[in-house]
Amino acid sequence: MSTDHVETSASIVSVSRHEHDIDTSNYLKAGYTLKSWLLTVDHKRIALLYLFGVTFFFIIGGILAFLIRLELVTPKGDLVSSDTYNRLFTQHGIIMIFLFLVPAIPGVFGNFLIPLMIGARDLAFPRINLASWYMYMAGALLTVVSMAMGGVDTGWTFYTPYSTTFSNGAVVTAGLGIFIIGFSSVFTGLNFAVTIHKMRAPGMTWFRLPLFVWAHYATSLIMLLGTPVLAITILLVAVERIWKVGLFDPSLGGDPILFQHLFWFYSHPAVYIMILPAMGVMSELFSTFSKKPVFGYEFIAMSSLAIAIVGFFVWGHHMLVSGQSEFAGLIFSALSFLVAIPSAVKVFNWTATLYKGSISFSTPMIYAFGFIGLFAIGGLTGLFLACLGMDYHVHDTYFVVAHFHYVMVGATIMGFLGALHYWWPKMTGKMYPEGWGQLAAIVIFLGFNFTFFPQFLLGYLGMPRHYHEYVPEFQILHILSSAGAMILGIGYLMPFTYLAYSVFYGKKAPANPWGATGLEWRTPSPPPVHNFDSIPTVDSKPYDYRTIREELSHVARA
Amino acid sequence: MSLGHSAASSPYLAHHFEDLEQQKTSAVLGMWLFLVTEIMFFGGLFAAYAVYRTLYPGPFHAGSHLLDVRLGGLNTGILIFSSFTMALAVHSAQLGKRRLLILFLTLTMTLGCAFFVVKGIEWHHKYVEHHIPGPNFHFDGMQDPKLVQLFFVLYFSMTGLHALHVLLGIGAMLWLVVLAMRKKFSKEWYTPVELVGLYWHFVDIVWIYLFPLLYLLGRH
Repeated sequence: MSTDHVETSASIVSVSRHEHDIDTSNYLKAGYTLKSWLLTVDHKRIALLYLFGVTFFFIIGGILAFLIRLELVTPKGDLVSSDTYNRLFTQHGIIMIFLFLVPAIPGVFGNFLIPLMIGARDLAFPRINLASWYMYMAGALLTVVSMAMGGVDTGWTFYTPYSTTFSNGAVVTAGLGIFIIGFSSVFTGLNFAVTIHKMRAPGMTWFRLPLFVWAHYATSLIMLLGTPVLAITILLVAVERIWKVGLFDPSLGGDPILFQHLFWFYSHPAVYIMILPAMGVMSELFSTFSKKPVFGYEFIAMSSLAIAIVGFFVWGHHMLVSGQSEFAGLIFSALSFLVAIPSAVKVFNWTATLYKGSISFSTPMIYAFGFIGLFAIGGLTGLFLACLGMDYHVHDTYFVVAHFHYVMVGATIMGFLGALHYWWPKMTGKMYPEGWGQLAAIVIFLGFNFTFFPQFLLGYLGMPRHYHEYVPEFQILHILSSAGAMILGIGYLMPFTYLAYSVFYGKKAPANPWGATGLEWRTPSPPPVHNFDSIPTVDSKPYDYRTIREELSHVARA
Repeated sequence: MSLGHSAASSPYLAHHFEDLEQQKTSAVLGMWLFLVTEIMFFGGLFAAYAVYRTLYPGPFHAGSHLLDVRLGGLNTGILIFSSFTMALAVHSAQLGKRRLLILFLTLTMTLGCAFFVVKGIEWHHKYVEHHIPGPNFHFDGMQDPKLVQLFFVLYFSMTGLHALHVLLGIGAMLWLVVLAMRKKFSKEWYTPVELVGLYWHFVDIVWIYLFPLLYLLGRH
């Protein structure tokens, strides 16, 4: 099989598909009409559609968070009523989890990068990819509509029997929205998994894949196996609510604990849907900005799979005080400790990658360091919560709130913003202002800790979550947290501004501004419509800096 | 080599695949993964069934005895036979026999509709006998009516979700028949037939589990 043959036939195909006069050398210039964006099947354009979507809903979720923190400045409930407050935190949770954290990194960066990284022209199913975005938007808008219909006051967990029997909110509408977003998630995972299995370029073996791709492969498996269970659970809640029949209602023989089992069977692994892609980003960042191959590549790759698999057997740690058996609690506690092992493997391997590396403190790397800090605190407090005794003390307090914000919000945001800066030159063809980037990264890191660290103290001292009134002794910590939230908010606004600025006035980006390895950096910035003129052949291990250095110096000479 | 070339420039080949083989195996893998998600989807319901049947064996037996095992058995036969005709349809597509493909697809669709008719008769019986969960639910017997009703909630949820899948399958086959009439399929490209075939067998297998779990409780 000669490679010439493959190249010729591939170029015939790409020519025959583009008889019209459009510029296929830059995916951004391949069409300027609204239709060319809304009906595109190019994975890179769909990635930008997702970037638009997740940013939009992140802002809405952020405004809700702002209102919550504003209310909590005073011990009395003087800004909103208890009922409104319930709706605020519920909607904040639903929007941030299902509309931002779950789709953010896979939707934007997974979509944009997986085909580029493995040397393919697109994902396996481009039209399903576009349909996924539409399902995401439809579900997301429905969820926002439910807010306009009076909102939901159940918390994002929809616990029964409150959600099925007593709540007077728009539970079914919000549930339907999440159900539809779930389909989007399933089809994204399916697309990624098939693409990674079937579309790798010649020579791109499994152990030559960038770790970003491994992380997304593991994420896809969780999306495929977990999300349908959430879907059926929501469906059953809707059946019970609409037809008033008992599935989870104890007065009709139902078992509310069954709902919690089904719900957390998805919703715990969902945490790994949020954080595994961020971990994939980290592997790329630590390697690129210390100019060293990732330490223990195979261990990081396998730890992603281990997290995906073990992550399916720990859901009961959300229910240690729910009335499930003590024995089940014991097992789930032990299994939860197990999942810390692959997570720690990653953290140790990233730090070992730094050893004797040539480290640069570019913006993405500051986010990477921030990730380690937030993930370490979030992960280790997770172990506190997995202990039966400790969990009895801090369950349903701000300790839990602080923990999950650190681990899934902090870590995922660091991953998202790190990725956004790192691949911004590739996606837009423009460089962002480095000084502003570094400043924003530091402000966000400080603001985040300022917001959520006091919540650990609040929780440990006994401040329950979901309350908008509290005893005056807690006020100082709440004020600290709210002040931190302001800093965090300002930090988030900075990238919005300078990144938008850079699209128009930024310096033109070279193909490989970071001297990074990986096939995505071998395409021009921004890449052409079909990614590669001819499908590349891979003949070396990933993170091979010697070759890339030689190539770059060669380019510089020429 | 020349064979490879003709495949690469085939009109069926999408721009982002290297050859038809890659395109087809991707589609088939995608379908299998989709069926995995379907198993997890139904899995939630099966888990709920398992929990409640363990908690309330008596009421579940009582509920099961109210179902018509003959009609359920008839439907089982219909679906198994439809799987056979579906397999024949895929086989005809492989051989490029268009008329046979249309014939077997139509036969499979007809059997799917027959399944619906029988299911409709059964559901109508349930309605007449006040066995539909809700305010009109009625049960005379030793067991707690609330718990027998729980059995029927699961019965309707499970068979309802399954029936929805049958309906989607019939719709997909209708689409295949239209494509086949327009001569879209050939020996080298009939992937949609194969995918719908896989789906239909899955729908059949779900029923193979539903039938004993719902109809045959305590009948041994």
